[in-house]
Amino acid sequence: MNKEIVIKTNKLTKKFGNFIAANELTFEVYKGEIFGFLGANGAGKTTAMKMLIGISKPSFGDAKIAGFDVYKQTEQIKRNIGYMSQKFSLYEDLTVKENVRLFGGIYGLSDKEIESKSEELINKLGMQQEADKLVASLPLGWKQKLSFSIAIFHSPKIVFLDEPTGGVDPVTRRQFWDMIYEAAHNGITVFVTTHYMDEAEYCDRVSIMVDGVIKALDSPKNLKSENNAKSMDEVFLILARGAKRGE
Amino acid sequence: MKAITVNNIVKTYTTKKETILAVDDVSFSVEEGEIFGLIGPDGAGKTSIFRILTTLLLADSGSANILGFDVVKNFKEIRDIIGYMPGRFSLYQDLTVEENLEFFATIFNTTIEENYNLVADIYKQLEPFKTRRAGKLSGGMKQKLALSCALIHKPKILFLDEPTTGVDPVSRKELWEMLKRLKAQGITILVSTPYMDEAKLCDRIALMQKGKILQIDTPQNVVNEFGKKLYAVRSENMFPLLMDLREFPQTENCFAFGDKHHLTLKEETFDISELEKHLITRGHSNLTIKKIEPEIEDCFMQLMKAHPNDE
Amino acid sequence: MKQLLTFIRKEFHHILRDTRTMMVLLGLPIVQLLIFGFAITNETRNSNIAILDNAKDEVTQKIISRMESSRYFDIDRSLTSNQQIESAFKTGKIKLAVVFQQNFQNELAHANKAQIQLIADATDPNQATTLVNYASSIIMDYQSELNQQNNLPYTINTEMRMLYNPELKGAYSSVPGVMGMILLLISTMMTSISIVREKEMGTMEILLVSPMKPMLVILSKAIPYFIVSLVNIATILLLSVFVLGMPIQGSIFLLIAVTILYLLCALSLGLLISTVTNSQLAAMLISLLGLLLPVVMLSGYAFPIANMPLPLQVISNIVPAKWYIIMVKSVMIKGMGFAGIWKESLIIIGMTFFFLFISVKRFKVRL
Repeated sequence: MNKEIVIKTNKLTKKFGNFIAANELTFEVYKGEIFGFLGANGAGKTTAMKMLIGISKPSFGDAKIAGFDVYKQTEQIKRNIGYMSQKFSLYEDLTVKENVRLFGGIYGLSDKEIESKSEELINKLGMQQEADKLVASLPLGWKQKLSFSIAIFHSPKIVFLDEPTGGVDPVTRRQFWDMIYEAAHNGITVFVTTHYMDEAEYCDRVSIMVDGVIKALDSPKNLKSENNAKSMDEVFLILARGAKRGE
Repeated sequence: MKAITVNNIVKTYTTKKETILAVDDVSFSVEEGEIFGLIGPDGAGKTSIFRILTTLLLADSGSANILGFDVVKNFKEIRDIIGYMPGRFSLYQDLTVEENLEFFATIFNTTIEENYNLVADIYKQLEPFKTRRAGKLSGGMKQKLALSCALIHKPKILFLDEPTTGVDPVSRKELWEMLKRLKAQGITILVSTPYMDEAKLCDRIALMQKGKILQIDTPQNVVNEFGKKLYAVRSENMFPLLMDLREFPQTENCFAFGDKHHLTLKEETFDISELEKHLITRGHSNLTIKKIEPEIEDCFMQLMKAHPNDE
Repeated sequence: MKQLLTFIRKEFHHILRDTRTMMVLLGLPIVQLLIFGFAITNETRNSNIAILDNAKDEVTQKIISRMESSRYFDIDRSLTSNQQIESAFKTGKIKLAVVFQQNFQNELAHANKAQIQLIADATDPNQATTLVNYASSIIMDYQSELNQQNNLPYTINTEMRMLYNPELKGAYSSVPGVMGMILLLISTMMTSISIVREKEMGTMEILLVSPMKPMLVILSKAIPYFIVSLVNIATILLLSVFVLGMPIQGSIFLLIAVTILYLLCALSLGLLISTVTNSQLAAMLISLLGLLLPVVMLSGYAFPIANMPLPLQVISNIVPAKWYIIMVKSVMIKGMGFAGIWKESLIIIGMTFFFLFISVKRFKVRL
């Protein structure tokens, strides 16, 4: 694997008053890697992710995202990453095409680029029929696939996915992961959170956060053998069972 | 008597532009003391069924009854004997843990003391935080509180709509352990979930997709009826392996399943060592191919294929 | 009963824990009253006026001296001809010119009729109206004094555009208006929002599934806001009596009784809104745009109803605040008894029952 580092954090910490939401997180993520970011509810995943995508200022510690500093270069960070969350992804009252154009525009792509790339995107998703339909009328699975495609539309270096597959059917979930594999194959680093432990197995490396600290970070294979577990589900239970924190 | 009987329920929602068929001629019944699971992704119609059974929604056609009470005519009687935990967190965020529980006890004409033993087990874990506002609890804690509130009036039947969605694996596991204990106390439980791996924790399940029930049976029977040989394939490089397996002419279906790929073949009699040879020539190392028992998720995907949807 | 009490206690928790909203609820009446009572008053003091006295007799001198002694007017100059009026206005110094006809006293004594022309600077129409009203009322006062001494009624014709309005102080008209507005705002908007919030949060689902009767849910929503509104009434009345110096002429009990009546009407309206909306935002918009606006525009609080075009006058009849404001004015300022306001009370009662009837019809025992 190409070991070029795209995310590097050093003792990244976020405090809310006396409460340490994320405590001295130190890790590296490599180019083209699928990095699973797991943790119990309230472990501090969301806080950590917000710092990494440059919308929350760390209390102290350093982090470089695609080579840019999270304190000073948040604008450059935003230009070099893609983000997709379960809650917000697309404008429901715009059509598929309009959404693609909008996000292409937001990331400063030229009209020509948008034109050619959006056609390519729609063809790839097999959504020619739906291109002029409102996003609201699409099934959930299609929406998720579309919003992933839009998140990587501007060829970011890293794409952050916050529980991208919640509630979708098993087949769509796998189609979604095919897309993730492909993106990673094309050199895009994928940083993903999920509650499906089988999905953790698809990741190259996985970190598990418990009570604000990273309790384990390794490949699924190594994590399983270290913890004497048969599946990632078991690994998670072993590591997170002692969690004290109720957010 | 059956705890729940559902006959040919149909429910549609009409918006300005279109009519959505949310529940499409669904029938099933739940025995007393059973944990019955509605398993399916978003849009399967699970929540609509819950709302119809908890008398919150009227079906377009069909009938349903709860312990002999009709969901339309006897809705008042039903509201006395059921506990309901909606999919969304539905407690008062600005009230404390204790205030929430007290409130729900009172509106169900009971007190915490009266039925404490029923919720003790769950509530004990919450007691250290009893003066904390519900909105400040973590996801797992919220679910426990919601479950306590749904249980506080000692319902005969408990309706839990996606209690584990968005909840971490530890809390999920704890919740299912609680359901087992409630079942032991004679409470009938209807539960829905999009997580297929939770199906095996139910006594019987209905696999649902797009308003239709694909199959109703015990998890074991669902697995038994898979009816095909299923292989788990793994190698050093999983993504290229998936691509190669899909291109293999004998492959019927191949899906990624955690650290393995699950594979079914077109011909049952096909010699699997042929596949092994083929994959080795494609350069895969550390290859293992094993025949395995299917999981519910395999069955679900097979059923989805058998019921081509009209998307 | 215990259910109800628990529910009400819960509502108070909601209200008390949301400190910001509570501050608004309790602070709004005070701020409103002070703004409308002091700052934005329709009173115009010490306006410069000009007098053209073509008669120069005893009666005109008396009227002029009364105007001069009033705190509303300062006589800037005396004019000698009609031609001077325009230039007086053009220099911008005077706001009103008072013109007495020739032989004023004689005309009044022999024909029982005399003319005074009031010419106002209408570039600010509101102010012009107010000044004309002030002047007219001074003239009318004088006329009625004259008439008491004389058997034959004298008539001094002034060019009035509005009816006689004895309440010349700004606070007099703003207190009833603020009461009508605040009570409606708190009772209607807050009740509807708090019911709709349960729908939005999903807690309504659980309440519906519980054996608790929907009527109890509604009652326990209404009572806390009823109490908050009573606190507001107390604040408003205390402020208006002790700070704005506005006495309560009629019976305070009658005033409180009609206020409670109005509160019930507002609460049932809030209930009605909650049955037709599903989001707090919608409930708020309906309350604000659908109620506050009409109250301000059509209740006679900000703009005189008599000056409105006919269609708006007709519409103003369905605004509950209009009737309440009439009642408050009658009791508080004019000191009238129930006999004077029974018609308005009946209208409010009728509206309350109408709102309740529709809400009960529309209230769903299901989602």
